[in-house]
Amino acid sequence: MIAIPAPYLEIAVLVLGMAILMLETFAAKIDKKTFAYAGIIGLAAVLIASFFLSPESSAQQPSGFWNFYTADPLSIFFKRFMLVTTIVVLVMMIDYAPALRKADESTSANLGEFFSLPLLTCAGLMYLVSAIDFIFIFVSIELVTISFFVLVSFPRRNPIALEAGVKYLILGALSTAFLVYGITWIFGVTGETNLQRITAAFSSGKIDNYGATFGAVLVLVGLGFKIAAVPFQMWVPDVYQGAPTPVTAFLSVGSKAAGFVVLLRVLQPFLMLPNMQRLLVLLALLTVVYGNLAALPQNNLKRLLGYSSIAHAGYLLIGVACFDGRAVTFYLVAYLLMTLLSFEILTIVAQQTGEEISGFDGLAKRAPFLAFGMLVAMVSLAGVPLTAGFLGKFYIFYAAVDKHQTALIAVGVVTVACGFYYYLKVIAAMYWQPSANNSAIAVSSLSRAVIILLIVATILFGVYPQPILQALRH
Amino acid sequence: MLLFLVLCPIIAAIIIIAGAPARLTALAAAISNLFVTLIVLSQFDRVAGGFQFVSSLVVSADWRIHFAFGVDGLSLLMLLLATIVTVAAVWFTAKIDNYERAFYACLLFISAGAIGAFASIDLFFFYAFHELALIPTFLLIGIWGTGNRSAAAWKITIYLTLGSFVLLIGLILLYQSLPATARTFDIRELQAAAVAHGIAAPTQRHIYLLLLIGFGILISLFPFHSWAPEAYASAPAPAAMLHAGVLKKFGLYGLLRLAIPLLPDGAHYWMYLLVILLLGNIIYIGLVTIAQKQLDWMLGYSSVMHMGYIFLGIASANILGTIGAAALIFAHGLSIALLFAVAGQIRNRTGTLLFDDLGGLAKVMPFAGLAFGFAAFAAIGLPGFANFASEIMIFFGAIRNGWDMQRFHIFQIATVLALWGVVISTVYMLRAYRSTFMGTMNERWGKLVDLDTALRIPVVLLIAGLIWFGFFPQTLVQMVTPAFRTYFTATK
Repeated sequence: MIAIPAPYLEIAVLVLGMAILMLETFAAKIDKKTFAYAGIIGLAAVLIASFFLSPESSAQQPSGFWNFYTADPLSIFFKRFMLVTTIVVLVMMIDYAPALRKADESTSANLGEFFSLPLLTCAGLMYLVSAIDFIFIFVSIELVTISFFVLVSFPRRNPIALEAGVKYLILGALSTAFLVYGITWIFGVTGETNLQRITAAFSSGKIDNYGATFGAVLVLVGLGFKIAAVPFQMWVPDVYQGAPTPVTAFLSVGSKAAGFVVLLRVLQPFLMLPNMQRLLVLLALLTVVYGNLAALPQNNLKRLLGYSSIAHAGYLLIGVACFDGRAVTFYLVAYLLMTLLSFEILTIVAQQTGEEISGFDGLAKRAPFLAFGMLVAMVSLAGVPLTAGFLGKFYIFYAAVDKHQTALIAVGVVTVACGFYYYLKVIAAMYWQPSANNSAIAVSSLSRAVIILLIVATILFGVYPQPILQALRH
Repeated sequence: MLLFLVLCPIIAAIIIIAGAPARLTALAAAISNLFVTLIVLSQFDRVAGGFQFVSSLVVSADWRIHFAFGVDGLSLLMLLLATIVTVAAVWFTAKIDNYERAFYACLLFISAGAIGAFASIDLFFFYAFHELALIPTFLLIGIWGTGNRSAAAWKITIYLTLGSFVLLIGLILLYQSLPATARTFDIRELQAAAVAHGIAAPTQRHIYLLLLIGFGILISLFPFHSWAPEAYASAPAPAAMLHAGVLKKFGLYGLLRLAIPLLPDGAHYWMYLLVILLLGNIIYIGLVTIAQKQLDWMLGYSSVMHMGYIFLGIASANILGTIGAAALIFAHGLSIALLFAVAGQIRNRTGTLLFDDLGGLAKVMPFAGLAFGFAAFAAIGLPGFANFASEIMIFFGAIRNGWDMQRFHIFQIATVLALWGVVISTVYMLRAYRSTFMGTMNERWGKLVDLDTALRIPVVLLIAGLIWFGFFPQTLVQMVTPAFRTYFTATK
């Protein structure tokens, strides 16, 4: 049996990313798509390697590097999650490349960077889910955020993308400032940055509760920006709409998932603080209500998915407020499948029709396969049973009922019904409306394979969730 | 066997989308399903009671979710209803111009959802299968509907979603009301555990209320009914047949299967509320039905109204009343399906269902008139039809229940008022029959043709079901009785 130490995974991804970046500079003649394929194959290799990790690495006494880094089952699970996300995002980027070329002749030379940056982001996300020290959390977040700054404003001749980039930059910097300030306070109160030792310091009882609460709230604000919780969501719609579609997908899945993992880890020590749960419940309530209500009138599919990602952050926060890590994790997996599926199809279709929902009119006639994929994605996002999205909501509501969070349940049920309206709006456009243009839409065989895999996984995990529950138990 | 029943329509739908001849495949799947149900019926042990033909597959060991199927008399009756109406609905599908494959696939998915829900003995799949029908209904009404189809499609979808999520919360509460070691989604074990551990009365009240609202929305209990008439009026006839005839019965089946046996205290506590609401269904909606000027709307309202009788049987919560309710579910399913089928045929020919435009159609469509007449008389509850037998049981059950409790109990008043409902339904059904088939015929309809000869087969099938159980209700009652007897002896 081969045994690979867990940190090698991130190192491999980093080396891969940098190698592609270098190659791109020196080997100008190679077709840029080759880099993307190389990235996909490399990440797939790392994904396979993640199943052969040496088991003892997590059991060691924390010392040296292991003060910062953990390889517990949760982090391994989410490393695979990030790898899968990045692979699908790279596939999307290959589909998106023509649009980027069309928009601007000069950016075509930079496609290599476009394909290599997600790898660096992926490494950052993988570090983030393993981080158990505030310093390391901060450094990983920076690695992720900075590569996203570049990716979001990649079509730099496009003013909308530039606006998105600037918004993301300024608000990202602001949130980082909150985070650092919060970390400072917590360090000031406990004298520690390691989460485990902070927990120990709390249970000793000699802690200034007010100072600690203040620090925790600041950290919560900083992370609130990352997971797009209300009232820190204002950047989301514009950035989601302005960024290249694959980057939007990456932001909405990878960045959000990592944010939730960090949130779960960071909250662990602060659970004993008074009012923390009430604060989370309030945050969750605001987020589900705002996300769902604001999504109702949207006509641009990308913007709609942006608001819907806020709504889903709300459901995830319900899970966090009930301290049910398993429900949150399952929901994130379901969210990964259905969000990537919808963005993948959006990437392909939008090149022909634009991103408005009306552009999807009559898609069922033009491209029945894509329309069916979108149908599955929307149905799962809405939460129809026998899809992964429903089971995610089921576990979240189960946790809420278990903790007697009546307000969360009542609001959750009403907002789910809201959600059906705006997701089914897309289905209605595809199936009810006649199409203006009946030419077929071409789908590359790689994208087709990815779409089929995502559809199958969405339905399979909706009927048979055991593999994921199993993976989380150890 | 049961697995075949559930998977057959789903597989057929997939094959149809992949390119098989749509109508032929759908019809073959529906007929083979009916056939398998009849085999199950013939091998079913009527005396033994309990669930038979059980098959089970573990889905989630952590949550004790099983992909499990089994039938007792009650669910077998529902399966019979579902498969008969599916055959009729597929058969009655007229020529479809666009997305023909998708139409048949949607019908089959609705059928699979209903069959799956009735055959599941696992709470999770019981719930999940019902929802399988949600999106196909949305598409059926939205793509092929008539009238104000988009509003109707939105209304039914949002309403049913809200109802089913309220229901979901109720089911989760039910699951959690048992001690952690006894928690299970298996309906059989749930019943055993509920008897063994007992659910505290206040908890029962909460759960029952949630289930009543959740199922109530799905069944169009007054005042949650407003989606139903509009949706049924707009839906293409086969969709209305399946939804009003079969799918809507899911909620009633759920109440009979879960609420009555598991939550007797809750049922008792909310009895008065339910009686008042069901009188709303019978009297108020009944009067609204009389006022309708259009055949499809009238049928939609009448199907809402008849839910009131079934609720009366459920509310009475004694063995006679609940058996009557189960029988009326079956009878109403067949009769309303036939009514919608004939109405759909008329609409295809004339393009209108306004009473003012129609009239005298019996001259050109004698067979359609005959079929409609049979179904209308059955719906009124004329002796000789299954509806009569079941309504009689419900009324006796309800009035006896009031008698057991005290003199001049609300149940007696409710029963007397509900009897007047029969008069109301006579008025609107006969009026509809007169203004559609009798009287002077509009010149325009002189060239209409009667139903195709092939269509007479499903009509005969539906009418035969109604008359068979009208003359021999005992065959049906015997089948269902063991199921209810176990409930009432177990809980008392």
